Formats: sequence, structure tokens, C-alpha cells
Amino acid sequence: MTHQIRKWTMTAAAAATAAMLASAAPVSAQTLKVVKHSDLKIIDPIWTTAYIVRNHGYMIYDTLFSMDEKLEIKPQMVDKWNVSADQLTYTFTLRDGLAWHDGAAVNSEDAISSIKRWGAKDSMGQKLMSFTKELKAVDAKTFQLVLKEPYGLVLMSLGKPSSNVPFIMPKRVADGDPNTQLSDTTGSGPFIFKKDEWKPGEKVVYVKNPNYKPRAEPASGLSGGKVVKLDRVEWLAIADMQTAVNAITNAEIDMIEVPPHDLLPVLAKDKNITLFSSNPLGNQFTFRFNTLSKPFDNPKVRQAVTYAFNQKDFLDAVIGDSKWYKECKAMFVCGTPLASNSGWEDKLNSNYAKAKQLLTEAGYDGTPIVLMHSTDLLVLANLAPVAKAHLEKAGFKVDMQSMDWQTLVARRAKKDAPAAGGWHAFLTSWVSADILNPVMAGFFNSACDKAMFGWPCDEKMESLRDQFSRESDPAKQKAIAEAVQVRASEYPTHIHLGQWYSPIAMRKNIQGMLAGPVPTFWNVTKN
Amino acid sequence: MLAFVARRLISIVPVLGIVAVLVFLMLRLTPGDPAAVIAGDNATNEQIDLIRANLGLDQPLVSQFFIWIGKVLQGDFGESYFFKRTVASLILQRVEPTLALSVCTLIIAVSVSVPLGVIAAYKHGGLIDRAVMAFSVAGFSVPVFVVGYLLIYVFAIELDLFPVQGYRRFGDGIGAFFRHITLPSLTLSVVYIALVARITRTSVLEVLNEDYIRTARAKGLTDLVVLMRHALRNAAVPILTVIGIGIAVLIGGAVVTESVYGLPGLGRLTVEAVLSRDFPTIQAVILLFSVIYVVINLLIDIGYTLLDPRIRY
Repeated sequence: MTHQIRKWTMTAAAAATAAMLASAAPVSAQTLKVVKHSDLKIIDPIWTTAYIVRNHGYMIYDTLFSMDEKLEIKPQMVDKWNVSADQLTYTFTLRDGLAWHDGAAVNSEDAISSIKRWGAKDSMGQKLMSFTKELKAVDAKTFQLVLKEPYGLVLMSLGKPSSNVPFIMPKRVADGDPNTQLSDTTGSGPFIFKKDEWKPGEKVVYVKNPNYKPRAEPASGLSGGKVVKLDRVEWLAIADMQTAVNAITNAEIDMIEVPPHDLLPVLAKDKNITLFSSNPLGNQFTFRFNTLSKPFDNPKVRQAVTYAFNQKDFLDAVIGDSKWYKECKAMFVCGTPLASNSGWEDKLNSNYAKAKQLLTEAGYDGTPIVLMHSTDLLVLANLAPVAKAHLEKAGFKVDMQSMDWQTLVARRAKKDAPAAGGWHAFLTSWVSADILNPVMAGFFNSACDKAMFGWPCDEKMESLRDQFSRESDPAKQKAIAEAVQVRASEYPTHIHLGQWYSPIAMRKNIQGMLAGPVPTFWNVTKN
Repeated sequence: MLAFVARRLISIVPVLGIVAVLVFLMLRLTPGDPAAVIAGDNATNEQIDLIRANLGLDQPLVSQFFIWIGKVLQGDFGESYFFKRTVASLILQRVEPTLALSVCTLIIAVSVSVPLGVIAAYKHGGLIDRAVMAFSVAGFSVPVFVVGYLLIYVFAIELDLFPVQGYRRFGDGIGAFFRHITLPSLTLSVVYIALVARITRTSVLEVLNEDYIRTARAKGLTDLVVLMRHALRNAAVPILTVIGIGIAVLIGGAVVTESVYGLPGLGRLTVEAVLSRDFPTIQAVILLFSVIYVVINLLIDIGYTLLDPRIRY
């Protein structure tokens, strides 16, 4: 009997082992498995500014214009374009062979409806629409944008690289209410979204669009020929980064989009893994003032903060390894055409004596600064304690209040007094591609109630931003941008605390990733 | 007995009512705004306000509650703010991994912990007893995620026997299913084994000193028969109780285990929903967990009568 039981047990164990081994068979070599920075929950890239949704947009949609790796705006869906001598009429002609995922041809009406939907939601889109007299179709492939008065940022707006990106959608989709989330995911981009395989919290699946017609030029940044060399891309939701690192080490996944900086040394030691710095512009840590609340309603008090801080302390506290950060005082990002230190040369050097002198001149009365401290996002958690230390050394009293990021996001929208549930300041991080000029960078908006949380109110700043938006000459644009930056040192709306980079971790058999502000999967091969 | 079961089932209604009110109020009184989360970091106040109105969050709290509870009473748990899917479909999609993890953990834990506890009691004061107690203390003390990482390092990375993460549904093949669920179940069962083994040992030890055990031995019964038929059965009520209480530990542990192993279960759904303030999803998941907890307690109460005929309701 015992012998019989043992025999059955052995047989069952052998069968189970065989079944397990059979199930461990490798998946197709052309399936790329990626752990993104977040799980995809919303699929409408116009409804939200969340970066994961923007990235989803780049998979399935195409754009009229795109930014290349030199930060120049290049035609993408557009074949040719021209502007009238009076700078008021832009005429765009779409490329031949553009088609939606369902096979229908892309036409001018689709582009017009998409621009209108985006223009209703996005801040740069709203600005463009405020200058627009009409958008009209000339024929199936040609349409015109007619302006009320010259506007210098037409192409920059249509080629805007980051949220909200003016993705082109079918007219039937784009004509819907821009404040209602779309559910139809038909695009004309290089990948097709497999809605039937989408399991929120588990994975998002894209397959190659076999009918996509890439441009002839080589891919560069977000522009050029989007040649798809993979059959399938899967975005896997792995919330725990240590698990994601274990999974890439074990070759269960191919790529981690944003591995945490403290695990980079572990990944760097693995001979099968490459750390690829895909985004040369990186990100910018930012300190935001609430200009409605005393004492930050006084520009001189805010200037004191610009003297008290230095970027290195913030960058060391969060990033650590100087390989992945750069001290950069340029408010329109180092390495871009508008980069400049104007107005900030003597600031961000932790000159506490100067900061104290300004506080005395401003009559600072010791009101505690309510500093919101986000604790749950690794990349932000160490910023507020560093800010607190510098502010205290400069003579401020600081009440640092810890909370999760979503609580902070809700609270920063409140205009209440800091003692009654409002706030004085918080720290965040911008993707550099979102802050490349004074109109794009939302924190410069100083239109009082219409400005972003913090609500700066400064006619001079608004006048400069308006001048910038009307100017199309690059040299004059740069001069205006410098003036904006100088004004931001006199009337500080926010402070940049350093440029930082996050490399993509990928297995060495993955090739062809492009450098750019958004990680894209065309041109990528898996050997 | 039937009357007892009926009474207990009816008692679920007020329990769920209280849970519903508490969850609804706690979520609304907790800081955080789902509209701000949905809108994204670069959104303006106007965009956030539009989304808030779109979700009905600009209405008075009382109206929001009655709209929600009215739908729940009709079996409609609403739509997730984020996924634009019904909460019921989201939960259905996430039930299997959590159920599989819980059932496998229970099977492993009970089949290991009860014999361990009985043997420890039988060998009271000996090496095995001390080893079981040491394991129990360690099992309680080491956090679930540490156990998880250790098992991943040894069995997935070093020995390459199991995958580091992920889940395969039972329908995708039994082999793939067990390859993916084994390590998470082992991880979660450690704390459960520690809990049940300790209680089993204490209960059996207490029973072993009873007169009827001495009588059974005097009758010439073997140690195995005395232990299994007389001691264990009489010690079973507290063991069953702790297994039931342990379900709460299991639910808490599942949240961590699902994160460590990347399992798309209800635990992770709860965490994601809380972090993003997805009110309809949080409310439905907590109601579901409450129902599970109440039903398990009912089953345990019924189990008492089967194990000990003297217990009557």
C-alpha cells in the first residue's frame, strides 16, 4: 500500500513538473515587455495631462508636427505647409496614405476637429484658439488655420511634445464633448491598442499597425519615420520597483522606464542590462510659491528664498549620483535654444546673509511658512526637508506638513489661508519638455485667478508672455524669454532646483531606443 | 440551526449598512480629490472643476450618498472614476488571483501548521517543540515583504524554479498557474503557519492534560489515535477560531504579497483605488471584504457545531 502511494505521488509530481516546464516556454521574440512609470487607467490623452496617458497617445495616434532630437518642429502627418505673407493664414496638406486603424482615410475634417478638441482643453491650445479666426477644410487633404492677428507659436503649439499633445483623432471621436472621456481608441499611429486584452492593473497591449505609412526620413526624437520593428508591446503593471528590478534581472521583462535612482547601481552591475539616458532634457525640480498668502504675497520675501536655496543640496538629497543630475539655473532648461542664466547669476548660492537682509527689508514678521511635504513619491520625498533647512537658516519659521501626493494635489488647489487648510509652498518636478518657453511653462502664467495654483498676478510678466507668443523671430523670442526670466527673479513665481535625469533600464538585446522627451517604441528591435 | 443561520444572514444587512456609511464618510472626509488626480499634474483649476462636476462630486454629500446607496441596493456599484468600467467588472477581473492566493495559502498553512502544532504539543519541551516555537516567533516577526524578497532571491533568481512576478489564470494552464502562485502562497502562509501552529500547540497541550485523554491511554489506544481522535478534535474549536481570525491577516497580507509578486488581485486594486481616490471602487471592495469576513465567521460558527456536538445555537 505504502509503495503504491509513493508510486502515485511520484507520478503526480512528474506530471506537475512537466506541466510547469511546458508552461515556461518563452513568448515570441518580438514581444517587448515594459514596466512603465505608472499603470494606464485613463485612455484619453486630451482629458488628462497624466504622462502615462500622453505616452499611450504616442503609441496609437499621430501628430501633425513633432519635435525632433534637436528640438526643432518638423512635419509629421503634414506633407507640406505654408504661411501667407501677412502671417495670418497657415495652409497644411496631409501626407498621402494616412489611414485610421479601421482602414478609413485620414482627412482634413479629422485634423480640424482634433485641433478644436485639444484647443478646448490644453493651455497652449487655448492660447492658439484665442488667436484663431477659423479652421477650414480646403479639400480632403488640405486645411487652413486663419489667425485674427500674427501668432508666433503656431507650429510649436501643433508640435507640442508633451501634455496635452495635439493628437489627431477621427472626426467622430474628436467632435465629442472635450470634457467627457473618450472610449473609442481608433487612431492612425504606429501601434493599435488591443482594448480586448487591456487588463487594468495587469497589462496594456499594443500590436503593430500593419497599415501605418512611416515618413521617409530617419526617426529623430518624436519625428521622422516611425518604423515599427516589433509585433507587440506589453506594458506591465508592477507596482513594486524591487520586483521590477528582479524581473528584468531574471529576463522576465525587457525594460523598466523609470527605475529608482537607489537601484541604479544594482542594475549597472548586471552585464545583461543597459542604462540608457533617453531624455537629454530630463526633468526639473521646482519650488512653487503661493503668492496669495502672507508673507509670500511680498515679492521681496520670495526673492529671499531664491538667495537661500542652492540646487546641489536638493539634487544630492534625491538623486545622489552626480552622473544623473546637473545644476542649471536656466528656467527654460539647459541645452535648449532659450537657455540662459539671466537674472539668476547671484541666486541659488545659499547666500543666507542676503536672504536675511531681504527679509528684514520686507518686514517679515515670523509667520510660519506652511510647506507641504509629499512623502509617498520617492522622487519628491526628500525635497521638502532640504527646503525647510535652507529656509530656517535664512531666518524663516517653517511648518512642514507631511502628506501623500494626492492630498497635496487637492490641497494646492485651495486658496484658503495657510492656517485654515491652505498652503505657502510645495515642491514638485516638471518634465523639461513641458517648460521649454514662457507660454508652455505653466508656472510663469501670472494671470491672477486664471494662473495655475499659486496664482501669481503680474501685468509685466503677462505682457512679456504675450509679446513672446506674438513673436516668430527666434532671436527676438530668445530676448523676450530672457526678459521673462529676469522678471521671474524680481517677481518670483517659482524656483528651479536642478535638472535631473532618469535612465531607462533595458536588456542588452533591446536596440534602437530613440532619445527624446517621451519614450517611444518605434525603431526598437529585440534580438 | 437553520434559524441561527437565517438570523446571522439577516444580521449582515445592518453590518453592511454601517460599513457603507462609515466608508462613504471616511473617504469624503479624508483629504484628496479624485478630480485633481484624474486631471493630472499640469491641469488648471478650471479643468479640475470641470472633471469634478462631471463626476458629480460637486453635489452635496447627502445627495452623493443617497445616489450611491440607491444604486448599490439595485446591485449597481457604479463606475470607476478612472477606468470607465463598472466596478463590478473590475472586481470580477481581480477576484481570481486573490482567491487563488488565499485558497492556496490556507491549504499550505493549515496542512503544515496543524500537524506542526500537534507534534510540538506531543513533544512538549523537546527540540521539535522549541523549533516550532522559534519558527512561530520568526514567522510573526519577519514582515511579509521580507519573506517574499528572500523567497524570490533563492527560488526565482538563484535556482530559477519559479518566476519573479506575474500571474497566470487557472484557465491558461494548470502548470503556469502553479508556477506563478506557489511563491506568493508560500510567502503569505508563513505568518499564518506561525499563528495557527502556536494556537494548535497550546490547545492540544491543554487537552492532553484532561482526564479523558488519560482514560483513552489507559484503554490502550495508540498515541496517534489519542492525538487525532481525542486530543485534536477537542482542541479544534480554538484552532478553527484562529483560522477564521486569520482571514483578516490574510486579507492584509494579500495586499503586500500581491504588490511584491505583481499579482493583479483585489489587494492591489484596493491600494491603487485608495491612492487615486477612486471612491466607487474603494467602497465596493470594502463592502465585499466585509461580506467575506461576516460569511467566514458564520461558517466558523457552523463549524463549531460539527466539531463539538455540545454547542447548540
